[in-house]
Amino acid sequence: MIEPEVSNIKPIPADKSKIWQIWKVALILGVVTAAEFFVALQFPESWKDFKLFLFIGMTFIKAGYIVMEFMHLGHEQKSLMWTILLPTAFVIWLIGALFIQADAIYQVLYN
Amino acid sequence: MANSVSLSTSNKDLWAGGTEPYKASYGKLMMWFFLISDAFTFSAFLIAYGVIRFKHPAYEGNLSDFSFSQSYWPVPEKVFEAFPFFHGVELPLVFVGLMTFILILSSVTMVLAVEAGHRMDRQGVEKWMIWTIIGGLTFLGCQAWEWSHFIHGTDAGSRLLDGSIIYGANLELNQYGPPDFAAFFFFITGFHGFHVFSGVALNFLIFYQATVGILERRGHYEMVEKVGLYWHFVDLVWVFVFTFFYLV
Repeated sequence: MIEPEVSNIKPIPADKSKIWQIWKVALILGVVTAAEFFVALQFPESWKDFKLFLFIGMTFIKAGYIVMEFMHLGHEQKSLMWTILLPTAFVIWLIGALFIQADAIYQVLYN
Repeated sequence: MANSVSLSTSNKDLWAGGTEPYKASYGKLMMWFFLISDAFTFSAFLIAYGVIRFKHPAYEGNLSDFSFSQSYWPVPEKVFEAFPFFHGVELPLVFVGLMTFILILSSVTMVLAVEAGHRMDRQGVEKWMIWTIIGGLTFLGCQAWEWSHFIHGTDAGSRLLDGSIIYGANLELNQYGPPDFAAFFFFITGFHGFHVFSGVALNFLIFYQATVGILERRGHYEMVEKVGLYWHFVDLVWVFVFTFFYLV
């Protein structure tokens, strides 16, 4: 019979402030998501552009906390951080290029 | 001179594998580069969604008078308003909101698992990994329900120009609006859902390795960290899908 493996490594006790920091970020993410709901359902329809601005702003706040805290990128070497973040600038280029294209298609179809 | 590492190591040797570039291990670095490429894939999906949406006319008029039509893009909060066991009750975006919270929570438990790994706390890693897996499976279950509802459609359905009534959506017909809308729903949430599924599979693998002591014998729990990066990325993508597919 195989003996059940018994671990002889004593875990280092948890640092309470570190754990609290994790839950604080979780709380922020939860509150921002709740705020997004409030904006979506309670703000008048006529504030369309303002709502869009708020949604994009809150999305990037959430994305920032996830990438910088949960994925720990904010605490890595700064050179690593920029190696990861800078290439996403190409996404902005893609948005610009394709939305101009989309408008052109719309003009041809409906105007 | 007492603090120098080695006198015989030139700068060139360091980059040939003598040390870790950016002070991150090979595995973590490669996971980051994979995530960058995955981010581009998801960006392409969401931007294509924006392009096709702008190609179609938007719904003009009051939200309360909204009805499904093939001639304009639907308002998402009018499409996604169903909730399990509340048949016929209009609960706009509540179910996706719940899914968002579930995924964020499973991301939190993943951070706690990584934190336990840093302290060589095997039981802590096991506990938080199992919660992360439960969160992921719950999210997948919710998504299965949402897909099923989307495919089967509402009781009233939607009338086409030739008088026939269609219910639900597939890749050819869509009661909620132009067929492109359904196609993007299936591809974007489907691609994300498959990422969640692979994430759960990887999480389970790591949970297993932690449980049988493989990671402890290895001397570190870095695998939890690497899989954690992937899991947080899945959550990150959902944050963007939630905004640009459901809210806007």
